[in-house]
Amino acid sequence: MSLVEFHNVDKNYGAKKALSDINLKIERGHIYGLLGPNGSGKTTLIKLINDLLTPTSGEVLINGLKPGVESKKIISYLPERTYLNMNLRVEEVIAYFKDFYTDFDEDKAHKLLDKLKIDSKTKLKTLSKGTKEKVQLILVMSRKADLYILDEPIGGVDPASRDYILNTILENFNEGSSMIICTHLIADIERILDDVIFINDGKIVLNESAEEIRSVRKMTIDNLFREEFKC
Amino acid sequence: MKFDFNGDKPIYKQLVEVLKYDIATGEYQAGDKLPSVREFSAMFFVNPNTVQRALNELEDEKLIITNRTSGKFVTDDHKLIDNQKKSLAIKALEECLKKLERLNISDEQVIKYIKDRREEK
Repeated sequence: MSLVEFHNVDKNYGAKKALSDINLKIERGHIYGLLGPNGSGKTTLIKLINDLLTPTSGEVLINGLKPGVESKKIISYLPERTYLNMNLRVEEVIAYFKDFYTDFDEDKAHKLLDKLKIDSKTKLKTLSKGTKEKVQLILVMSRKADLYILDEPIGGVDPASRDYILNTILENFNEGSSMIICTHLIADIERILDDVIFINDGKIVLNESAEEIRSVRKMTIDNLFREEFKC
Repeated sequence: MKFDFNGDKPIYKQLVEVLKYDIATGEYQAGDKLPSVREFSAMFFVNPNTVQRALNELEDEKLIITNRTSGKFVTDDHKLIDNQKKSLAIKALEECLKKLERLNISDEQVIKYIKDRREEK
């Protein structure tokens, strides 16, 4: 049994097909890149795993079970847009995470914040955009989850902060757990991926090992993406 | 230390090469304890499974040894490390010779160039 399984999943929004006939397995201990152009269905797929949407047909299984209370305990999710209340102080958000998630490692979160010299008394709304993103990443990576799902973790930050974020991901993700990184900034992350999933028009068009792509096609994943999705 | 890997060749192979050089040059010396997979992964900005695969390959070549309780170490077999150094040198030389052959330069001349170059330095 894989950590996540999609069996013939369709998702429609009214008459619009967002995903069609998705079959997918997410294995333990792998880092996946979920890559596709805007509007291809990446976020819909992620929301199905996180129980924020339900499939129109087919089924999604997490550890063999339908998404719900149990799956939320083992999935640490960084959404593309924040859901945190910006009026809270950093320490209040930490307390909130501690209450909410039994696998949250408060010490780790404080250590990572200290390293960035972020004062935990600061209100979220007074932090810069880049720092806000780092704080959210720290919260997500301080959980000992089985699956981390990061939607555009390096979207709005400068290159130095990208390095910080990738480093934080690699140093902190729980050994043996899996990760799905959703992004269109492929060149920056391709070297940390085990597997690459390309999605287009609601369909999976490629699902291959990253090293396989390099050795068989002799291409970077970024170049393969550009070729596949040429306009 | 963010290495510039070629994105169009398997990264684990490139990592094997980098680590072989590190062992041959004494960056990691005979008997030294190596960083953990996670540390290597964060150090090189690469996937942990890629690091594991590279380390497995080095282990197959006996250049590193795993101690079940305390981690991975560089071999303490100096002869093996010397051989490794020699094979890296020969590999570098072969690449160089290929170019020199095209220039049609005699061995004596090549050796003279090498000596002159070293003296300049």
